[in-house]
Amino acid sequence: MNTTRHNPLVRAMALAVFVFLCAQTAFAHPQKGEAVGFLTGFRHPISGLDHVLAMVAVGLWGAQLGAPAVWLLPVAFPMVMAFGGMLGLIGVPLPGIEYGIAASAILLGAAVMFEARPPLAIAAVVVAIFAIFHGHAHGTELPPGQSGLLYSMGFVIATGCLHGVGISIGTVHRWGWGQKALRLAGAVVAMGGMFFMWKAFAI
Amino acid sequence: MNLTQRQSRIPLYAAVLLVCVMSPLAAEAHLNSTGMGPIYDGLMHFLMSPEDLVPVLALALLSGLRGATYGRRTLLVLPAAWLFGGLIGLAAAASNGNAIVSAVWFLLLGGLLAADAKLSLRVTTALAALLGLYHGYLNGAGLGLNFSSAAVLLGLIFAVFVLIALAAAFVVRLQAAWARIAVRVAGSWIFASGLLLMGWAVRGVRGLKAL
Repeated sequence: MNTTRHNPLVRAMALAVFVFLCAQTAFAHPQKGEAVGFLTGFRHPISGLDHVLAMVAVGLWGAQLGAPAVWLLPVAFPMVMAFGGMLGLIGVPLPGIEYGIAASAILLGAAVMFEARPPLAIAAVVVAIFAIFHGHAHGTELPPGQSGLLYSMGFVIATGCLHGVGISIGTVHRWGWGQKALRLAGAVVAMGGMFFMWKAFAI
Repeated sequence: MNLTQRQSRIPLYAAVLLVCVMSPLAAEAHLNSTGMGPIYDGLMHFLMSPEDLVPVLALALLSGLRGATYGRRTLLVLPAAWLFGGLIGLAAAASNGNAIVSAVWFLLLGGLLAADAKLSLRVTTALAALLGLYHGYLNGAGLGLNFSSAAVLLGLIFAVFVLIALAAAFVVRLQAAWARIAVRVAGSWIFASGLLLMGWAVRGVRGLKAL
């Protein structure tokens, strides 16, 4: 009986052991920077809290606004963000990037906190403007020797996944307590943005 | 054997399986040690080359969104054009891919997919033919004329065919609005990657590996 009760745990542990200890194929001859390029790009957005806050807030706001904003904003953001990245890559300067990123967290957080419902075009423009700052700041930091294409793909996919996290969390909006929780989350994002704004001014 | 006895042996089975999984195997970095040869080499080349794979995937998804007729047309035209371009490329001097042209393919196909563009069958066919000819030519030129080139090319085209068949068929079956939107989101990611690739190309950083 005792064994039966613990059986799911034993199974789970055995599975975890297999997954973690399973021998991987040796990549003896990858193209230079190929394997790490994607991972570097993927890690980049999720390693910066300012970026994470803004990305998740876009998803939360989209979930609050409902269709079609729930998919339009996350579709628009990566494209305009990449445009910002391209501007950075070809050497077009963008002043006040750190302030723009901090402001994005403040305003997007505030939009979620107050459940702002502007016309879709205005919401898209607001998100797009901030996306340019994020792209310009983060899309250009390719470590030497890595593949630009895979870095870019990893960067874009990670950003999209962060939106997905925000949208998933935002599904609680259908319940009363969920709406309050989302507003609270928006307040947290806005406060995070204020911290980054203070930091930007302090530097 | 009752249930409890059977379940109590699970840790034993787990230990045996663990030993099997962790037993060291010879590294097979070179295909001549696997005996799988150039067809497998071509197949893996395509699957490991995002500059080849992503535009094909985008076109397959786009065709799938438009319906089964479009998917079937792409399934026939793209591999055929790839083969034709590859055969021309085999006889040509060595040539490397141009990152800006690759970025344009990402932007074009990703943008069309994100916009869920209502392309005609003729335009879709033309896109498939152009994509196949361009990438096939690059692959063929990279291979050059030698004993195994044709087999590598065949493996490559087989991979292209399978990818289109799977991706287009998957999308054709999607009925839910959110699922079709998810496909369009993938298009926006491809477009965004293309924009960044364009930036890298203009800046002169290696965005493409030599084919």
